[in-house]
Amino acid sequence: MNRRLNRRTRTLILTAAMGVLILAVYAAGILVPEEWTASSFLDAKQPPSLQHWFGTDSLGRDLFWRTVKGLSVSMTVGIVASCVSAVIALLVGIAAAVGSKGVDGFINWLIDLVMGVPHTILIILISFCLGRGLKGLLVGIAATHWCSLARLIRGEVMQLRSQHYIALSRRLGKSSGWILTNHLLPHLIPQFFVGLILMFPHAILHEASVSFLGYGLPPEQPAIGIILSESMKYLSAGMWWPAVFPGLTLVLIVLLIDRLGENLRMILDPSSAQE
Amino acid sequence: MFQWFIRLVPRGLRYGLKVISLLLAVSIIAFALVCASPIDPVQQYILGLGTAVSPERRAAIEEYWGVNDPPVERYLNWLGNLLRGDLGESALYRRPVAEIISQRFANSLALMICAWVLSGVIGFALGCVMGVFRDRWPDKLLKKICYLLSSVPTFWLGLVLLLVFAVTLGWFPVGFSSPIGVLEADVTFWQRLHHLALPAITLSIVSFPGIALHTRQKLVDVLSSEYVLFARARGEGTWTILRRHGLRNILLPALTLQFSSFAELFGGSVLAENVFSYPGLGSAVSAAGLNSDVPLLLGITVFSALFVCVGNTIANLLYGIVDPRIREVSQ
Repeated sequence: MNRRLNRRTRTLILTAAMGVLILAVYAAGILVPEEWTASSFLDAKQPPSLQHWFGTDSLGRDLFWRTVKGLSVSMTVGIVASCVSAVIALLVGIAAAVGSKGVDGFINWLIDLVMGVPHTILIILISFCLGRGLKGLLVGIAATHWCSLARLIRGEVMQLRSQHYIALSRRLGKSSGWILTNHLLPHLIPQFFVGLILMFPHAILHEASVSFLGYGLPPEQPAIGIILSESMKYLSAGMWWPAVFPGLTLVLIVLLIDRLGENLRMILDPSSAQE
Repeated sequence: MFQWFIRLVPRGLRYGLKVISLLLAVSIIAFALVCASPIDPVQQYILGLGTAVSPERRAAIEEYWGVNDPPVERYLNWLGNLLRGDLGESALYRRPVAEIISQRFANSLALMICAWVLSGVIGFALGCVMGVFRDRWPDKLLKKICYLLSSVPTFWLGLVLLLVFAVTLGWFPVGFSSPIGVLEADVTFWQRLHHLALPAITLSIVSFPGIALHTRQKLVDVLSSEYVLFARARGEGTWTILRRHGLRNILLPALTLQFSSFAELFGGSVLAENVFSYPGLGSAVSAAGLNSDVPLLLGITVFSALFVCVGNTIANLLYGIVDPRIREVSQ
């Protein structure tokens, strides 16, 4: 790498590149015309070639474009669910830190409750409740992912509350709302965004897992989990490409988003970059 | 000693109360979710029978299941039966749920114990290596591998291992917990282990990065402390320092973390069991959800909460042993 750039600049450039790449995959998934993933029985079960990079599935659909589409579906679900989840975490975390002892105790109990059931099972239950579909998946993921971020925010607010300048502005007669928006939120927002982005990979992985199990998205939707669960039927017949490539792409995207979040943390909170 | 024990009692009671309230809440929420579902379990049950059912018979089934009673009454009925050990009859397998759970849990437990021990040992060993070689190439390489593996979905890893080791190389069977066509009594231990290997390896590969990174962090903290610097100044070698100062300080926290990861272990086993058609609780729960088998779904949910609870309780007890300050604060 260029010696003249320092580490922070390098991280910034890397993060921007990752962001652009993720956005490109997302946009490609939305913009791909229907015909590109249409089934054509003449091309069924083709191994990877120059024409079909990832090969074709049993209905002759091009797997590369299907994967890209599936990724953008997974990312949409992941992003919407994590945004909802992060807002829940922010509200719950602040409420726990600022509220009375009873509120704090109740919220801790609630977190123990959500963490006390394996998430896969909880998402299955919620999806069952909402009649197995996109809605169940979104609600399920949003309802299970807020716990750790809520704990983080609660700790952060607790720590900030004991600072002298907060005590001072309280003595100066500022209202709790004013302190919240002017003193607490500016500290919390960077944490919140990093937490939000680090939630995406988990949400996307859960989305893929639950779709794989057959809950969530309907089978005609090209979600990654569905492509992979279809690929299982043809695995013993020697069709390896529908299982390998879409999964590998999923891993890469998840890894990319995860690293993006970590880099963003280093930019926003330079002290953590030393670890 | 006795005094100390007496002091522990109120804390134990409070913890027990909390555990009971959590389990009750899980059962209420699970029951409410299932009740609110638009999927009609009676309809699914009748579809499962495979024959036409007269309206009178249907009414009899509804009466027997108590579908038309108010939800609260049904919940109390169900809870009462649950406490007596009767979880109802599974609509999918036509057998008592308690029997299915106990049978399948034996399979799942074997799988989870293997994966748990394997991921613990691998994770701890790699964590030690990373801590000792801090910021040198083995550390950097292993850290990258850990980050990579924590982005890998369990079910896809299972698929790839299945493809490579079962379909292509043929080293391991493709699925199930025992060879097909062999009577249950004739299955040997080695055959079981052979069928268990791939799902257990899958499960442990996805769960060891967490423990490895945690162990690395703890070991780095210990190794950069002043008493380790002093030990080094006295002339102790790296291995001696690791044995005398490192392992003692990091072994129990790692074990605690391992016990508190029962929820992820169970969640992962749902996926691994589905990929490998392994007849455990995980494959039963997803089948129950897909086939609207309400009693089985509820039973396994409550059971999984109980399972996680046991892990957390052990972890909490270990915390007390690891860090005496926690004991003192509560006094």
